[in-house]
Amino acid sequence: MKSRREFIKTTATGALLLGSSAAADKLGLAAMLDQNARHAATGKSKVVVARDAALHGQDGQLDEKRVLALLDRAIAAYTGHDKPVEAWKRIVPVDKVIGLKVNGLGGKGISTHAALVMAVCERLQQAGVKPGNILVWDRTARDLQACGLTISTDPNHIRVYGSDVAGFEDQPVAFGSAVNVKLAKILTRECDMVLNLPILKDHEMAGVTFSMKNMFGVVKHPNELHADGCNPGVADLNCIPVVRQKVRFTIGDAMTSVYDGGPGFHPERLWQPNALIVGEDRVALDHTAWKMIERKRAEVGMPTLEGVGRPPLYIATAADPAHGLGYNDPQHIHLLEV
Amino acid sequence: MIRSRIWIVATTAVVMVAATAGTGCKKHQFDPFPASGAVADWQKTSDTRTFAAKDLWQYIDGDAEQYISAGVVSTSTSDYKYQNQLEATVDVHTMGDAAGARKILETGTSDAKPIQLGDAGVAYAQSVIFRKGPYLVRIVAYESTPGTPQALLALAHGVEAKL
Repeated sequence: MKSRREFIKTTATGALLLGSSAAADKLGLAAMLDQNARHAATGKSKVVVARDAALHGQDGQLDEKRVLALLDRAIAAYTGHDKPVEAWKRIVPVDKVIGLKVNGLGGKGISTHAALVMAVCERLQQAGVKPGNILVWDRTARDLQACGLTISTDPNHIRVYGSDVAGFEDQPVAFGSAVNVKLAKILTRECDMVLNLPILKDHEMAGVTFSMKNMFGVVKHPNELHADGCNPGVADLNCIPVVRQKVRFTIGDAMTSVYDGGPGFHPERLWQPNALIVGEDRVALDHTAWKMIERKRAEVGMPTLEGVGRPPLYIATAADPAHGLGYNDPQHIHLLEV
Repeated sequence: MIRSRIWIVATTAVVMVAATAGTGCKKHQFDPFPASGAVADWQKTSDTRTFAAKDLWQYIDGDAEQYISAGVVSTSTSDYKYQNQLEATVDVHTMGDAAGARKILETGTSDAKPIQLGDAGVAYAQSVIFRKGPYLVRIVAYESTPGTPQALLALAHGVEAKL
């Protein structure tokens, strides 16, 4: 157990860093602090895992009030601010367009839960973000509907639509192996900042899909990044400047997950970690998520992902000096479980 | 005037021939999906979507490669609802041959319950998977109720009968 002094020190540091990001926003997103700078300042990347064993009711449905409470607890632990509205003001620039990149690829049953999306939207609005400046998006309307969301393009309300409506850039960008990448216009043109809302899943090729892998949903042809277990495709894609700079905070949905057979919906391999995984360091987040899947696999007597030939190698690649996206070394991750 | 009538008759004949040919195509078109009510209490709630192997990532990105490596030719999918409550999705993968269908079915977990359906099949609490010739069928429900396994099995028999 951590001492009170250590707890105060770490939460205060987290708040300070988020405050620095918010200050940078006032200068414009181009002046945003690079993640590496944040790492240099703290020495560790903070990851919060917040759990609520009673998140699902006896009917198997999520309790929306408990989801909101869990979100508040996670954000409070990350920022050090008990008042949710104050905490959110330090995370997002409230006068900008905030995107929420969800993941509905796996279809109904294993997609980012609408209850989490709604909870985030509620707090964003209370923090001062105008409803029309909140844009919930994914690849297609079908993906969004799989999350339980309703499509809306009304500029006066929370907007919910996919790249099938907004389209992709004609001009490709590249980084390393990620060549000919045509990015979603929602990312490049509409959002000033993106909150990443992936769902934790086992992945047939990549091993694990969570924070970084969710960015496959911002490109026109993600299948072109699948080679060699999506390594270095995932890391390279996240190094593309607009992805790296705009997608800055992850609120990962680990309320329901599949520990094998993913990324599609396999109810026979479904499990309910009842958790949210929150942080800025996408590598540290993915490392934490990976270990969570491995613990579950061990619990049910399954071999490790490496044992079945699909370790998520892209996580280490993302941490290497050529990518510098964050830390995968537990020594550099401050894991806070609440 | 006469020339005009001839033109109208000729055009009508061409349209009728084309329509007949079209109907003929539809009669022979592969449709393994039971219509609403064909299986008791099951309603077909979406149009059928079909993806060629090269486009399968658009439907099951990440999962597609295992089907491609097993020789999938195309995948068709449709949504269903049982008694207006239980939602389910039926995927019919047309593989290059029976070996490809067998390869996918064999990746199931050890807790699968074998069922007599098609050439081979297994059932779980919320899903049924079976193969018949080159076809691999996967039916998944999004809720687990006491009646789910039986309802899924009935729908699976309905699909199997159309293969």
